[in-house]
Amino acid sequence: MKYSYYPGCTLRTKAKDLDAYARVSARALGFELEEIENWQCCGGVYPLGTDEIATKLSSVRALNEAKEKGQDLITLCSACHHVIKRVNDDMKNVEDIRTRANNYMQLEEPYAGETTVLHFLEVLRDRIGFDKLKEKVVNPLKGKKIGAYYGCLLLRPGKILEFDNPENPSVIEDFIRAIGAEPVVYPYRNECCGGYISLKEKDMSKNMCNNIMDSAAGFGADMLITACPLCLYNLNKSGNGKLPIYYFTELLAEALGVKDEVKKEVERQ
Amino acid sequence: MQRIGVFVCHCGSNIAATVDVKKVAEMAMMEPGVVHAEDYQYMCSEAGQALIAKAIKEKNLTGLVVCSCSPRMHETTFRKAAERAGLNPYMVEIANIREHVSWIHKDMEEATKKAVILMRAAVAKVNLNTPLMPGESRVTKRALVIGGGIAGIQTALDIADAGYEVDIVEKTPSIGGRMSQLDKTFPTLDCSACILTPKMVEAAAHEKIKIYTYSEVEKVSGFVGDFTVDIRKKARSVDMDKCTGCGVCQEKCPSKKAPSEFNRGLNTRSAIYTPFAQAIPNVPVIDRENCIKFKTGKCGVCAKVCQAGAIDYDQKDEIVTEKYGAIVVATGFDTIKLDKYDEYAYSQSKDVITSLELERIMNAAGPTKGHLERLSDGKAPKEMVFIQCVGSRCSDDRGKSYCSKICCMYTAKHAMLIRDKYPDVNVTVFYIDVRTPGKNFDEFYRRAVEQYGVNYIKGQVGKVIPQPDGKLLVQGVDLLDNKQILKEADMVVLATAIEPNPDVRKIATMLTASIDTNNFLTEAHAKLRPVESPTAGIFLSGVCQGPKDIPETVAQAGAAAVKAIGLLAKDKLMTNPCTAQSDELLCNGCSTCANVCPYGAITYEEKQVNDHGIREVRRIAVVNNALCQGCGACTVACPSGAMDLQGFSNRQIIAEVDAICR
Amino acid sequence: MNTEKKQAELMKEISGVNPLKCMKCGKCSASCPSFNEMDIKPHQFVSYVVNEDIESLVNSKSLWKCLSCFACVERCPRDVKPGKLIDAARQLVVRQREQDYLSPNEIPELLDPELPQQLLVSAFRRYRR
Repeated sequence: MKYSYYPGCTLRTKAKDLDAYARVSARALGFELEEIENWQCCGGVYPLGTDEIATKLSSVRALNEAKEKGQDLITLCSACHHVIKRVNDDMKNVEDIRTRANNYMQLEEPYAGETTVLHFLEVLRDRIGFDKLKEKVVNPLKGKKIGAYYGCLLLRPGKILEFDNPENPSVIEDFIRAIGAEPVVYPYRNECCGGYISLKEKDMSKNMCNNIMDSAAGFGADMLITACPLCLYNLNKSGNGKLPIYYFTELLAEALGVKDEVKKEVERQ
Repeated sequence: MQRIGVFVCHCGSNIAATVDVKKVAEMAMMEPGVVHAEDYQYMCSEAGQALIAKAIKEKNLTGLVVCSCSPRMHETTFRKAAERAGLNPYMVEIANIREHVSWIHKDMEEATKKAVILMRAAVAKVNLNTPLMPGESRVTKRALVIGGGIAGIQTALDIADAGYEVDIVEKTPSIGGRMSQLDKTFPTLDCSACILTPKMVEAAAHEKIKIYTYSEVEKVSGFVGDFTVDIRKKARSVDMDKCTGCGVCQEKCPSKKAPSEFNRGLNTRSAIYTPFAQAIPNVPVIDRENCIKFKTGKCGVCAKVCQAGAIDYDQKDEIVTEKYGAIVVATGFDTIKLDKYDEYAYSQSKDVITSLELERIMNAAGPTKGHLERLSDGKAPKEMVFIQCVGSRCSDDRGKSYCSKICCMYTAKHAMLIRDKYPDVNVTVFYIDVRTPGKNFDEFYRRAVEQYGVNYIKGQVGKVIPQPDGKLLVQGVDLLDNKQILKEADMVVLATAIEPNPDVRKIATMLTASIDTNNFLTEAHAKLRPVESPTAGIFLSGVCQGPKDIPETVAQAGAAAVKAIGLLAKDKLMTNPCTAQSDELLCNGCSTCANVCPYGAITYEEKQVNDHGIREVRRIAVVNNALCQGCGACTVACPSGAMDLQGFSNRQIIAEVDAICR
Repeated sequence: MNTEKKQAELMKEISGVNPLKCMKCGKCSASCPSFNEMDIKPHQFVSYVVNEDIESLVNSKSLWKCLSCFACVERCPRDVKPGKLIDAARQLVVRQREQDYLSPNEIPELLDPELPQQLLVSAFRRYRR
């Protein structure tokens, strides 16, 4: 099975490992991530005004390329997932945006939201299935108590992203179970880490990250996992250091026994 | 040729402010057949009706067109006025120039144009009207009440006390409904069971009342005065005549893991059970899904211990068919599911509960024997937080658009009772508005604040955050102080929105009674006919029509009973003469009409016909006028144009369309 | 139309929000993780737009404290979604010349070796035209 893949800016720079672990794991699970050509940065943020079109075009380009290949489009970074899914929803459901974006794009056939956008976790849950994943695990992470850190961009707005229950999500917990570890549910797992605020308001981010760390540690987690490079950065940089934090793909690669292949994968890129 | 009078109503300024009524009357005089036209301020008033009567006599009118409000409002009024003046009532037509014109248009010129066109159509129709005579149908002097809560019980008692037979059909094993689950009632704080159980007993003992519990309405046919209803009596697996209600079977039943519906799943019950101690009838049912005997074939303990030999594992569902003249719907409510409100941590913490669950906890017969305690660890709470409007007043798709109406008062009640019984427990209520219209209601709420020191905070809660030590951190806002609040609580109670019982959709469909977008049954008129469904013979009692508290429910239950009694007191009903008729010379017996008839009113006969001198026997559709409701489906379906509806004939409809298109 | 009225209309248009739907329950402010840092609170944004006091909004420091975490958007029971109004107010500011909250000259000082590109990109989108 081949999927179109949109890595995004950070996965090509500071978060190369998030990407590489995903690629080797995908191979082990029997699907391939085919990077779309000439992708451009999604902007990291869904445009702030309903009247902005230009800032949506990089997403539309990626979506259209996947459409032309007849593939679903996979994202890995929470921000890319958020932006591309929301732009896709606009292209499908908001006539004004669809018309204006297509006027810019001058495509042979207008794009109208035909592509299905999936986060890598959704592929694991809905296409592979956690039961199947469990079967492929060669190195179950027994004894590890892991807190899932969702943050906001994966979940909200729930009605458009349709990723999981935004107030009580379960996909990462199910993932943790599938790789043989024990999930720790804690209430701050869908609270914001501060996001981009950490650039200029370090104290605010610190507060939020400490709440998250304290809550997870209080419920007995000994590590956190996330899908978002910014969350990882903030929790590491601003948090009180109570818990280590990893990309979920790293643990996936470890459980599938392909972690060692990552070095080669990074060099290949 | 008809002699038609046209009467244009101003409806005060309702019509006259937007429609040039004089112009409409003036234009009417140019229509064929019209010999008289006039306008008046209130045609429906006594003076207005006198004008009509006078014109009928003086001008020898044979037909009338009244340009006024919707026929649903005053068609009957004007038909009666015409009848009193000696005219057949079916010679009157209404042109609705209020709802269809003045209320929805702004431009006077355009509105007047449209009013004239509607008047023209009505005149064109009256030109073809013929006098019609209603038939008669009999009234079965028995009422059916669907739902055995306080609404259904009260309606049944009132109908029975007037001397008519009533059957109550209740889905669960006992009557009593939601009220039986409540601990105390506002604003007097009397014990709910103490005032409800005597009524339950009275209903059960009443010679005119028959109660079908553990039963559901399965099929309804017929019409006002003459409904035929199939009731499914679900297999109880216990012989009601033999059972003495001793309760030994429930004690000895080894399967005790089924969640108790009565206690909202907070504890468990046996597989053979009565929902609560005062259940009526006091005869248990076997819940076959949880019974070991039914699951594995091995057990039979209840049969062994039953001295009366009442256990009957072979019992089957039974269908009872009964006739009724009137049907009252009293299907009540449930609280909404909270799966879309996980920010309140209802599914994450056992100490976040709904208000109805708190009723059970506070009740001496409840899962904690009336002790206020946390369900997680059994500890007594010190801090309690109540959150109002959970799922009410929402315009997103998570909740309900309406105010559930009862929550402000029961929360004040809960807060007061807790502060009274456990003075060391602090109670905080997060509210948006406190709504207490009702006799002694606001005084009651103020008592909670002033006398019992309940802390009311204006503002919603954003999130309930379970803490590792088992406490709950409530993150809310105090809008009057403009501060965000983090409050530690031991228990959180959610004033969960109520919604009509989900079964009501199915029942409304069977009864052809209309329901609104929230699944509440619709009234025939929001102000003037609040306890009647637009479907004749169907009446509404209790929360199935809209949120209401106990006194309102009881009042409405009585009102529904009076309406039903008014119907049952009649020996005969006039039937609608606007029924279908088949032209035997055109009918080819194809059965298309019978297939589309929703009332089963069409049958076929082999009939001798004389078709232009040729005598032969043909298969011909025959309409039973008592069953026909005049919906017109057959007239549209008939391929040969043989079916026609009296009062709405094809010719009349075409004449109206022609007049509009002219 | 006076400027304030125009600005209020523009905010409604950019955000797609109808502030009249608000029933003043405060759930947005109850949910907001930045509440304490804000001078004008999330629920107040709604009434400021209704009252056409846009001047106060564009000068509010709240604009730069909102995390765009969408907690208020997710939980608003009336489909008002104050977070979108805050986004729109930000747009009013940054769309004017020389009004950016973040200038490229500040960046070198704020950088550190681990800082992900995503952070810079997001901040530029939020803080600048």
